[in-house]
Amino acid sequence: MLAFIIRRILSAVPLLFGISVLVFILMAVAPGDFLDVARSQEDIPAEYIERMEQEFALGEPWHTRYFIWVGNVVQGNLGESWIYRVPVTELLWQRIPATLVLSALSILFALCLAIPLGVLAAIYKDSIFDRISSMFAYAALSIPEFFLALLAVMFAAQTGLFPTGGLSSVEHEFMSFWGRMADYAHHLVLPTIVLGMGSVASYMRIMRANFLDYVRSDFVTTARAKGVPEGRIMFLHVLRNAINPLVSGSGFILATLLSGSILVENVMNYPGLGQLIFEALMRQDEFVVVAAVLMGCVMLMLGNLIADLLLAWSDPRIRLEKN
Amino acid sequence: MIKHLFKEISRRPLGVVCLTILGILYICTIFSQFLAPYLPTDQDLNNAYHPPTRILMVDWRPHVQVYEQVDPSAARYEPVEGATVPVSFFASGAEYRLWGVIPADIRLFQVEETHRLYLLGSDGTGRDVFSRLLYGAQVSLSIGFIGICITMTLGFIVGGVAGYFGGRVDFAAMRMVEFIIAVPSLYLLIALRGALAEYFEPEQMYLVIVIILSLIGWAGAARIIRGMALSLRQRHFVLAAEVMGQSSFKILFKHFLPNLASYLLVAATLSIPAYILAEAALSFLGLGIQEPGTSWGLMLQQAQELKVFTLNLWWLLLPGAAIFVTVITFNVLGDVLRDIVDPRQQMVKR
Repeated sequence: MLAFIIRRILSAVPLLFGISVLVFILMAVAPGDFLDVARSQEDIPAEYIERMEQEFALGEPWHTRYFIWVGNVVQGNLGESWIYRVPVTELLWQRIPATLVLSALSILFALCLAIPLGVLAAIYKDSIFDRISSMFAYAALSIPEFFLALLAVMFAAQTGLFPTGGLSSVEHEFMSFWGRMADYAHHLVLPTIVLGMGSVASYMRIMRANFLDYVRSDFVTTARAKGVPEGRIMFLHVLRNAINPLVSGSGFILATLLSGSILVENVMNYPGLGQLIFEALMRQDEFVVVAAVLMGCVMLMLGNLIADLLLAWSDPRIRLEKN
Repeated sequence: MIKHLFKEISRRPLGVVCLTILGILYICTIFSQFLAPYLPTDQDLNNAYHPPTRILMVDWRPHVQVYEQVDPSAARYEPVEGATVPVSFFASGAEYRLWGVIPADIRLFQVEETHRLYLLGSDGTGRDVFSRLLYGAQVSLSIGFIGICITMTLGFIVGGVAGYFGGRVDFAAMRMVEFIIAVPSLYLLIALRGALAEYFEPEQMYLVIVIILSLIGWAGAARIIRGMALSLRQRHFVLAAEVMGQSSFKILFKHFLPNLASYLLVAATLSIPAYILAEAALSFLGLGIQEPGTSWGLMLQQAQELKVFTLNLWWLLLPGAAIFVTVITFNVLGDVLRDIVDPRQQMVKR
């Protein structure tokens, strides 16, 4: 098990190198740089801009800058954000928890809704319920996340039931601990639903198809023949088996969530990693872009790794060491 | 094969419904210049955020209700009792070039110039949302097709070559595929767009989007085609062709392509929505189609104002509904096609 984890982490290293090189090349190919905004303003003295240029090593070609950056990273220094003038690590520490919480809640929301719905749709196959839920799945898969986010904001603005954006309200600082938690929860409801909706549908379809597969397998027939109650068969025998692919599918779902969060975080003004990446890319804040994209990819790989470990834990037939 | 497919689709009610909806959408898009009463850039600052106009029947002819602005700051309009303007059909108006070639000036319906007909309301500068939807469809609906043609060709060539030759070619191609798949796609899209965009004029943005979407999209297709090519390589007819000395190029196109055609078709139908959504997402972030062009994503971006939400200007969110309808139709059609082409993989009806 440990060998497997170590091997997986080691195999991620070249990929991360590749991604960081790619980001540096793309940023270098894009014309202009971070100081364009400063240069276009007349009241900023030229010496100051020159000093900044030297400080950021903007005159150097991208590979020189890349090696400077790698040298710093090896020493644990991810550089500084040029917009905020704070270390990138500090910025990431602020943003990553927000995105992690949102992604985890979305997956949880999706699972809680998709498993019962998928199971019911499979048990009552071809009934009205099955048809309605499959229509719902099509709809949820087809609706663009940002459109759903816009609708959610509209809903919030019209009814006043939920805040229209952000992570906390203005009076957040003055609340008690539990008040703060409730405030966060209140702000998280709509983003979670918006981001999780697409995953609900894909989980549900996987769940239904698997469940139907296992209902027809031999061990179910055996269990029925020896008189095990139907409910016990469905929930202990079939469900246990049918849930596995959901676990391994979670890695893929996490990838779509990370992409989707850029849009949803922008619309709903949620201070997460996606918003940070977008803003940094627009302003060409190089170190933040590289670090944030890498963090996104690391989160994705960790998610995949955890999914594989969970799968091995829940399905004893899978031996990780053999792969 | 196409004939057989149409026959099979026409047997399934869902398939017929989807084909009809798509047919209507595409016909509307092709004739958008004729169907739209205004140009997408026709502004009227006196009629900002105008609600959809009511259509009344007066003397058995459709008339448009005339509105009066009550409160410009809150975008409130009240209908004027009894004041209507007749709608004229097939009348001539401002000139345009149909498909950029044929000069024409006839439109399906319009009203006299002193008044405005807003079937689906107007946006912040008084432009007709209905007309903009039609013109925007030209971008949003075509990008999927063009993108998918490029992607499937690339995917087939890379996947086919990797699967057929194996060895180092296969190894290199698959590492590249894994790399592209490992990065969350929207990160890559935005970064690529940032790098490429400045080398093109804003009007060529359409091209840029197609290029970057195809650059990312081929990876998934290539991986699956490689797998299929690996198993095809062992088949007797391929071995026979090899023994008879047919060139690799010919084997790839004469033996592999026909065998993969049905998969390619299904995969194409199922991935068109991804292109439509990606274009909409890029335009929505302000990175895609630029003014004065229109696309559904761009229209939604402009609807992202606080005013829209507080005043309940719902008609500005209609482009989202249009995207939704298009995407869901392609998804359902793709599933129907998959059921026809590969009955073993049925997921929806089992």
